[in-house]
Amino acid sequence: MKALVAVKRVIDYNVKIRVKADKTGVETANVKMSMNPFDEIAVEEALRLREAGIVSEIIAVSLGVAQCQETIRTALAMGADRGVLVQTDAELQPLAVAKLLKAVVLQENPEIVIIGKQAIDDDCNQTGQMLSALLGWPQATFASKLKISDRHAEVTREVDGGLETVSIRLPAVVTTDLRLNEPRYASLPNIMKAKKKPIATTTPEALGVDVTPRLTILKVEEPPKRQGGHKVGSVAELVDKLKTEARVI
Amino acid sequence: MAALVVAEHDNAAVKPATLNAIAAAKEIAGPEVDILVAGKDCRAVAEAAAQIAGVRKVLLADDGAYDHGLAENVAPLVIKLSENYSHLLAPATTSGKNLMPRVAALLDVMQISDISAVVSPDTFVRPIYAGNAMATVQTADKIKVVTIRPTNFKAGAGGGSAAIEQIGGEGAKGLAAYVGAELSKSERPELTSAKIVVSGGRGLASGENFKILEKLADTLGAGLGASRAAVDAGYVPNDYQVGQTGKVVAPDLYIAIGISGAIQHLAGMKDSKTIVAINKDEEAPIFQVADYGIVGDLFQIVPELTAAVEKK
Repeated sequence: MKALVAVKRVIDYNVKIRVKADKTGVETANVKMSMNPFDEIAVEEALRLREAGIVSEIIAVSLGVAQCQETIRTALAMGADRGVLVQTDAELQPLAVAKLLKAVVLQENPEIVIIGKQAIDDDCNQTGQMLSALLGWPQATFASKLKISDRHAEVTREVDGGLETVSIRLPAVVTTDLRLNEPRYASLPNIMKAKKKPIATTTPEALGVDVTPRLTILKVEEPPKRQGGHKVGSVAELVDKLKTEARVI
Repeated sequence: MAALVVAEHDNAAVKPATLNAIAAAKEIAGPEVDILVAGKDCRAVAEAAAQIAGVRKVLLADDGAYDHGLAENVAPLVIKLSENYSHLLAPATTSGKNLMPRVAALLDVMQISDISAVVSPDTFVRPIYAGNAMATVQTADKIKVVTIRPTNFKAGAGGGSAAIEQIGGEGAKGLAAYVGAELSKSERPELTSAKIVVSGGRGLASGENFKILEKLADTLGAGLGASRAAVDAGYVPNDYQVGQTGKVVAPDLYIAIGISGAIQHLAGMKDSKTIVAINKDEEAPIFQVADYGIVGDLFQIVPELTAAVEKK
């Protein structure tokens, strides 16, 4: 069966972001971009399913500006078979992304879509759930274990109280949490090989999807800064301060 | 304008985050706030919800299909009810995050995730980039689907007496089935609503060593949390994780022990009233946000702190 993974190009998780002075967003010029870490976990899981003989082909999809091709190349270097780029300069919000992914899914007919539970830029945590809703498929979000057998997936999910296991019918959407796996690094030969793997390019117009944003960002601001940095010399001093100054114990 | 809040519960009791979501709903819709309790044999939950101050009506959907809150089954029910509401809300907990985007997509609206403030009924503030920026967003959608960051809205009191209206279910969709759960059992206060939280990181070096934190936590009556590093290393279960993609906490006192303070961790705790950091590395970023920092060996300091708190 085919697996489809969606990979988002985001500001690298190590970068300390800066809010633009005009409050329209955060500075992205000359900032290191990488694949959303949760999507790396999605690619890795698809690779493991292929290595286990369950998945036959892995398609990596990215949506956005032309440079998203680099993100797809990263997935191909990890081992995905081919890529699809839905290219647009428009701002894409999760509902639009889910609609575009649905259009790609209907063309490719994967049995499973694996995607990060959230992107570390907008922190929305929506796309996987929206995609499965639009497809009328089941969803297993925040996965920390995935077992596929007999046209079903048994998925262990990270929930607030601990772990929960659900059984979902395939085709389905699975979103990844941190403990699902540890993504591999692409080896140099695989990076070279990835350059020859095909990437098909399409557009929202060609897919017939209206991507007009539903949310308007009125402003983006810095959060209030904490005044920290005070050190105390001893436990006795700490306990005293907590009692008399902070009054929290 | 009217808001429907999807209650989070375990068929026995209302989860505290529901109260925070109701507080946000009241800011948006004033007196027109209804609660949906969807579950199985969950009348007790509806009765408890009816006592929350400011609730107009409790809708009770008691049906086997809703036993474990599967999004595939609950979403169609919320959508059926949506015609009576301008806002559909849930706390931004794992169950709210799982359910509400499914509802939003089926209504063809964008969800507004994890809001930290209500500006007006169509405008909200939400953290992005692990809380390193705050975005004010306005929605043009007719029905607003919103999840609420519980720590930013103060839970109201009891004393209400709303009517309970039994409603029919939409049945099971047969897409997903609940298999089982391994829930952490603890006598300690729940992490997201605890007044004091004691958290440990990689500096603990083993799961066994978390015992010294347990002792401190129990002395303080605190909840116990951890950094991602400690969870990834297997010291403690996943539900301990505080951070951008784990739990967000804002207790009166947060004690970070052996935690360096990556931005992803700070995202989950920097709204705490008072932060204490204990770390042997005086350059650790956690000290920049800490009101009180102690540089030193946690294996010495923590037992000493426990003893000092016990004595007082």
